[in-house]
Amino acid sequence: MKNQILMGLNGDEAVAYATKQVNPDVVAAYPITPQTIIVERFSEYVADGEVDTEFVAVESEHSALSSCIGAAAAGARAFTATAANGLALMWEMTYIASGMRLPIVMAIANRALSGPINIPTDHSDSMGARDSGWIQIYCENSQEVYDASLAAWRIGEHLDVQLPVMVCLDGFTLSHTMENVYTLPDEKVRDFVSERKFIKVEGHMGETELRLNPECPLTMGPLDLQDYYFEHKLQQIDAMKQALKAIPEIDAEYAKISGRSYDFLHPYRMEDTEVAILGLGSTMGTVRYVVDQLREEGVKAGLVKMRVFRPFPVEELIKTVGNVPVLGVLDKAASFGAPGGPLYEEVKTTFYDQPEKPMVVDYIYGLGGRDTSPQMIRGIYENLMGVLERGSVSDRVCFVGVRQ
Amino acid sequence: MSERFPGWRELPKGAVSPKSSIEYKTGDWGVEKPGIDLGRCTQCTLCHFFCPEGAITISEDGHPEVGMDYCKGCGVCAEECPVKCIEMVRKR
Amino acid sequence: MVSGLTLKEAARKPDGIAPGHRLCAGCDETVIARMILKATRGPTIATSATGCLEVATSIFPYTAWNLPWIHSAFENAAATASGIEAAWQAMRKKGKGPLAEYETVDIIAFAGDGGTYDIGLQALSGALERGHDFTYVLLDNEAYMNTGIQRSGGTPFAASTTTSPAGKVIPGKREWKKPIDEIVIAHGIPYVATLSAAWPLDVIRKARKAFEVEGPAFLHAIVPCTRGWRYPQEKTIEISRLAVQTCFFPLYECRFEEGRPVYKLSGPSAAIARRPESKKPVLEYLEMQGRFRHLFRPERRDDLIDSIQAWVDQNWQILLEKVG
Repeated sequence: MKNQILMGLNGDEAVAYATKQVNPDVVAAYPITPQTIIVERFSEYVADGEVDTEFVAVESEHSALSSCIGAAAAGARAFTATAANGLALMWEMTYIASGMRLPIVMAIANRALSGPINIPTDHSDSMGARDSGWIQIYCENSQEVYDASLAAWRIGEHLDVQLPVMVCLDGFTLSHTMENVYTLPDEKVRDFVSERKFIKVEGHMGETELRLNPECPLTMGPLDLQDYYFEHKLQQIDAMKQALKAIPEIDAEYAKISGRSYDFLHPYRMEDTEVAILGLGSTMGTVRYVVDQLREEGVKAGLVKMRVFRPFPVEELIKTVGNVPVLGVLDKAASFGAPGGPLYEEVKTTFYDQPEKPMVVDYIYGLGGRDTSPQMIRGIYENLMGVLERGSVSDRVCFVGVRQ
Repeated sequence: MSERFPGWRELPKGAVSPKSSIEYKTGDWGVEKPGIDLGRCTQCTLCHFFCPEGAITISEDGHPEVGMDYCKGCGVCAEECPVKCIEMVRKR
Repeated sequence: MVSGLTLKEAARKPDGIAPGHRLCAGCDETVIARMILKATRGPTIATSATGCLEVATSIFPYTAWNLPWIHSAFENAAATASGIEAAWQAMRKKGKGPLAEYETVDIIAFAGDGGTYDIGLQALSGALERGHDFTYVLLDNEAYMNTGIQRSGGTPFAASTTTSPAGKVIPGKREWKKPIDEIVIAHGIPYVATLSAAWPLDVIRKARKAFEVEGPAFLHAIVPCTRGWRYPQEKTIEISRLAVQTCFFPLYECRFEEGRPVYKLSGPSAAIARRPESKKPVLEYLEMQGRFRHLFRPERRDDLIDSIQAWVDQNWQILLEKVG
């Protein structure tokens, strides 16, 4: 695309660079592997005067998100980034941020949760936060990380949405791996993200923007008991529904300036597919490589990459894989004691009432950063072809790449 | 429950409070209320500051006025009045 | 400017907290909070940690706050205030954003003893170390009153609470009150002061100084609680006064000047320093409160009363030495 600058960036640097171009008012963050590069690079931008952001080097992740909440409530654009245990320490505040309808943006360099302590990637951290009321975007490569780090502001701040957004990138696989990234010129980014917009609310002193306004005071974060709390939760549920409409609008606008189109789901070779894999994040690159091989061998294989996990794109999923006979779901997180992994459960729920639906198998893989090779993915497709031949699922949940 | 509660679409987003506590009367909490002998009042304003409710305001001419809609009858004002011109009396 | 603020002027200034809140009759929290809010200079944003003040002033759909106010959680009042302050600073620097035009914003964090001595200590320390321009107000009622009078790091020795009950073997809390002011002063922040609602003008003037200094200020108020301390509700101010008159809770200020803390006793405590014989025995303070009743009945525990007096005397002596 014309005027775009090709840069060598790892995923963390892509987040930091995009955030530099956005120039948010407040960044409050605490270091944790593999997110650290984001705050290091951003600190350099601050030190070099390339942004006029207030960088708050907080003493914990809990305070990082608390500071972002204070800042966003005061009307600022606020950003933070974390991973794994850092997100776990923020857990309380994630629900509070969304409950107050604060469009904070947070990058998650996905990392396995303790214990035992582990550093490499899986999705146990962000999947643990899937019910916290945040929009979740999962990225396959650094380009997607860069693009999502810009679009996230517009999506969260959309007047019908007003929700915080997580941009999820696999730790190390993306966070620390240098790739080519097309970046937009600063002015294009500035035009695209523009300034933060506020919704109007009727507070106790009159109508005002939803922020801590000294001219027309609001009370934010009240004690909300059994007579009103439920209604406020319904508002959040509705906001997620609104996000299903807003995200394609923002994506279309972004495609105009970048030439890169995004959607909830990215199907690949799904025309006549008999066996497909649905998954999130960087692993889908490996799956695409295997699909190409299998297609050459005459196997009708396909894949669907899910970019937006929250709000969950139910209708799009039905349209995209509803008529595929067999669907394998990749879950990079375990849900202990549950019928399957988190993505699998959503997929099964989506199709339960559908007259036409695939047979679904869950493949839990890559926990604690366990390598996922093309050979393993090929094994999954072979397993799915067995289901197709038999016409039934024997093991609903399989574990890939683990020693028995 | 005769009061009609608003539906979720009617409430302001973000759970911001739509009403001032001024609309919530706490004046029936207590059994006593302060009676002020304004003739002896020195207009020191201490009762205004010591009232936990903020129910005692100072009028234009400097006298204390008790907002009976909010007074919980704690008696701090009577206890602390330097000239003892406030007496707690039973509410009728 | 500070000296010009009289009680009569302050009395005419509208309250920051409206009536109709649901704190207990005789509660000291809004007494002191209202006095502090009388001292604000202009645009003000407040945040509260979870606790009595937060809960009782914000029961949806009603709010008692006449200024922009936010509660987010228990342990993070200082972190929330840090974010508000950073937002204002960033907007000032950029010259755009909704707070960009305000030359001052008095940013206040209210928290109780649980939210300060215990669960909020880390966020407080972080915010003080980073030097945000805000005022932290510790409303110290010496236990977790909002959850039903459980002991905190701020609960004094021998006080009976629901988690340090006076039993047959153990006579109330076994540990001494954490020296929170010294912990805060050790951060080298520009202004620390102790407050008692019994001296409204002292409260208002200190609050104004706290708002005026650049950087963090810490105001520590003794806040008697009728339910938790178990005394008649009309005695709230009298107990606030006795805490100071017995030197259980001396009133002073501490500024950080030329790299060291400079202590100064405030009016009522300075008077005791000048006339030591006017210092009242701590017994008078203890015997008014049900939380110390086991020191007097069924049998008098002079050993415990004496150790509390010794603790008071020692801390008072240490403070006098610091004042010089």
